[in-house]
Amino acid sequence: MYRVGVVPDIDASFLALPRQELAAAALQRARDLGATFAEFRLERIRSESISLRDSVLESAKDDEDLGLAVRVIHDGTWGFAAGVALTTDEAVGLAEQAVNMAQVSRPINAETIELADEPTYDDVTWISSYEIDPFSVPRAEKVALLTDYSDRLLKADGVAHVSVHVATIHECKYYANTAGTSYTQQRVRIGPDITAHAVAEDRFDSMSSTAPPAGRGWEYMTGTGWNWDEELAQIPGWLAEKMAAPTVEAGTYDVVIDPSNLWLTIHESIGHATELDRALGYEANYAGTSFATLDQLGTLKYGSPVMHVTGDRTAENGLSTVGYDDEGVAGQQWDLVKDGILVGYQVDRRMAKKNEDVLGTPRSNGCAYADSSGHIPIQRMANVSLQPAADGPSTEELISRVQNGIYIVGDKSWSIDMQRYNFQFTGQRFYKITDGKLEGQLRDVAYQATTTDFWGSMEAVGGPQTYVLGGALNCGKAEPGQSGAVSHGCPSALFRGVRILNTTQEAGR
Amino acid sequence: MTGIQLTPQDTIERGLALAAAEGADGCVVLVAETSSTNLRWANNTLTTNGAMRGSSVTVIATVGAGEGTAAGIVGRSSVTDDSLREIVSAAIATARAAGPAEDARPLVDGAVGADWDLEPEETTVGVFEKFAPSLGESLKRATAEERRLYGFANHEVVTLYVGSSTGLRLRQALPRGYVSSTGKNTDLSHSAWVGTATRDFTDVDALALDAELTRRLGWAQRTVPVDAGRHPTILPPAAVADLMTYLFWQLDGRDAFEGRTVFSKAGGGTRLGDTLSSQPVSLHSDPALPGLEAFAFAVARSSGGSSSVFDNGLTLAATDWIRGGKLEHLMTSRYTADLIGAPTATPDIENYVVSVDGATGSTDDLVAGLDNGLLVTCLWYIRMVDPQTLLLTGLTRDGVYLVENGEVTGAVNNFRFNESPVDLLARFTTAGATVPSYSREWGDYFSRTATPPLLVPDFNMSSVSQAN
Repeated sequence: MYRVGVVPDIDASFLALPRQELAAAALQRARDLGATFAEFRLERIRSESISLRDSVLESAKDDEDLGLAVRVIHDGTWGFAAGVALTTDEAVGLAEQAVNMAQVSRPINAETIELADEPTYDDVTWISSYEIDPFSVPRAEKVALLTDYSDRLLKADGVAHVSVHVATIHECKYYANTAGTSYTQQRVRIGPDITAHAVAEDRFDSMSSTAPPAGRGWEYMTGTGWNWDEELAQIPGWLAEKMAAPTVEAGTYDVVIDPSNLWLTIHESIGHATELDRALGYEANYAGTSFATLDQLGTLKYGSPVMHVTGDRTAENGLSTVGYDDEGVAGQQWDLVKDGILVGYQVDRRMAKKNEDVLGTPRSNGCAYADSSGHIPIQRMANVSLQPAADGPSTEELISRVQNGIYIVGDKSWSIDMQRYNFQFTGQRFYKITDGKLEGQLRDVAYQATTTDFWGSMEAVGGPQTYVLGGALNCGKAEPGQSGAVSHGCPSALFRGVRILNTTQEAGR
Repeated sequence: MTGIQLTPQDTIERGLALAAAEGADGCVVLVAETSSTNLRWANNTLTTNGAMRGSSVTVIATVGAGEGTAAGIVGRSSVTDDSLREIVSAAIATARAAGPAEDARPLVDGAVGADWDLEPEETTVGVFEKFAPSLGESLKRATAEERRLYGFANHEVVTLYVGSSTGLRLRQALPRGYVSSTGKNTDLSHSAWVGTATRDFTDVDALALDAELTRRLGWAQRTVPVDAGRHPTILPPAAVADLMTYLFWQLDGRDAFEGRTVFSKAGGGTRLGDTLSSQPVSLHSDPALPGLEAFAFAVARSSGGSSSVFDNGLTLAATDWIRGGKLEHLMTSRYTADLIGAPTATPDIENYVVSVDGATGSTDDLVAGLDNGLLVTCLWYIRMVDPQTLLLTGLTRDGVYLVENGEVTGAVNNFRFNESPVDLLARFTTAGATVPSYSREWGDYFSRTATPPLLVPDFNMSSVSQAN
């Protein structure tokens, strides 16, 4: 394991819950009713949300979601039920409801559900990598730190308002299935959002921290994994420069994209596009499908030869990193795009089994999970990351290769179509590049492209020294809607000939 | 968690009593019981289903803090008699450790509502008793006729109980349902979509939805490529809801006052009183709207620009946000109303109606009146590009059609758009009658909308999307 220093334990109050007893009751009842497979989850998610507005506490809220769920395969059909009472009666009742749901659904199910094999893991434990449980830090101490961060921005020239929001999540899960796997897992994650606002006579704008959400504890807010002192000192100046920046001339430019922006483009145009449930149409009515269809596995030219993208559920501090998924599958790493060619998907056990011949492997890569006990596990995103070049260039070297271009830093607005072709992104800062040198910020910039054209135009990726693990806490998918947290690592990268829009002109001004 | 499960009413009474015993100056307890059931299908077969029950308890304790009042907020998915004590103590301790809340106001007074003693309402898979067989039949019919169907049907009931140390005892149960269905031809080259909100599924016929999808897929038998550009475009009620819901969420009074939104006045203050459109267009919310009923009182589990935890239980009055094209109200709590100089608080209400005085006719009628242009089905992946103009980007989805001489004559490609809903209110040239609508983008959690179809003469289709 990669953890050093003090290793957190599974929270004692979670271990005190009757998890094995509830699981045993539910799984036995499901077996008795003829289920050929059943799985049980007990999940507790603690979350805290703290918001400050202009250095004054606006809202602070402490939440806990605790519940249990049973999913069965009965007569070849899924059935799912979830509840909140931690009693064996409830566990048994949920098993009965899940079986009933399968029976009601059987007439409209045309596919016999079968699952890919997975080794069993008997009563194992896994804890994510973090140092300080955010829930062990007194609220007043957290608010004091965030007030200090807010004050540093608010007192700077040109900053009219400051918004600060920090979300912290502590998740404990117990899983057991009728094949003999059971595990207890604990994960911690944190997402800061700090923005300075400027208001002038004729316009307003903002500048946000580019600190990504991370699978870390409260230590992240005090400087482990992010240099807050440095960034907070720079934000007012960046904002002032943006307020005074010239508007961009729309056209075609070479762009160097910083990891703080590129992670989101990876999320939308690769992460979702290589979800096999989308490629197979399961999300056609909601999140959408994918241009990267299964028949193109091994042949689709996704991007240029320097493009190597992996899926993983193992990266340290990754938001999608786990020991085991919600189907009892262990975390793994695999290739999605290699040498620019589509070579893999993110799958769950059902899809792995059904498509094992095409996928070339009989095993799920562990991408099934729900956002809470109240929801059904679905095929969900791994950490999907663009790999750096082993001896690749620095960001400055990439910029030096551009004659007339733009260097894009930080994410802001994002949108992509239902098949993951056409996307448009904005950012926090856009620097004009002339003859290999940065020449100050531009404003009103958006970049728009088609996925394969864009990745095909990637001339170079930076080296490991440019690699940053970005990510999101709030990826939406499925019906009923579920929220997911996922990380995306990437280096800086150079793209040739990208369409740049002027957003003021787009608004018809 | 051990201990005895409590009824919502007992949770509230005991919670308030515990808070008083522990020295809280005030307390509000909210209990929401949620019951839901759903069916999901893809490729003409069921994919997932579920029957879920959920519960949430929020305790808001207030204590004196210097010359002000501080609040502590703790929420849990369910409580027992044992854990309730812990939660109330945690809320009070949090309040005592906090400074005075800027939005502090006296808790809302009230009395015991007539239905206070009633149990939470529930839904079960039985709500699909009529719908599920017709869905099964439509899936078989689609297979036989070489179409593929993908969709989701959801029904839920939320029963909310609010009690306060100032005597308030409110209960309201709100059912909500919707169905969204996508149809594709077998080579997946074209898709169509229909969606509708419903309170109980008695009025939803899966075969009729399939028939409409079939009609629309039929339009795609002729395909015509159309370039990006500014096109005369008919937005049906669903697409108007896709755009106007975003506008609705931008009505935060404090954000506008501080110069951060499209409703901020250049140089300071808000645009209240400004004319946004020369058309007689209105944006209106009313918790009592028939068929779109929303909570009749303010519900806030945290404080923000348009809500305050101190306002829980405040009676919500029908509110015109925009009337006759003029910006009339922004969303405020009692605190932010004072801050921006508004005469009364106008908190968020979970429904809205967009209407144009005198407008009549349906989307089909707008099509009949258009010589040449586009008919959109719905919009998707809508995000803010520039808050100054409320410029939104997004895409057309599951069917864009060519209209020629008053008829749909074929299907065209999808587009990315860049448009501001505020600008659209000023630029539309024809509107139809307002009808209940279901937003493709937001309807799964904001489905209580009624909107008209609109004809926009120059809708900005920024680029072509290859998606189909």
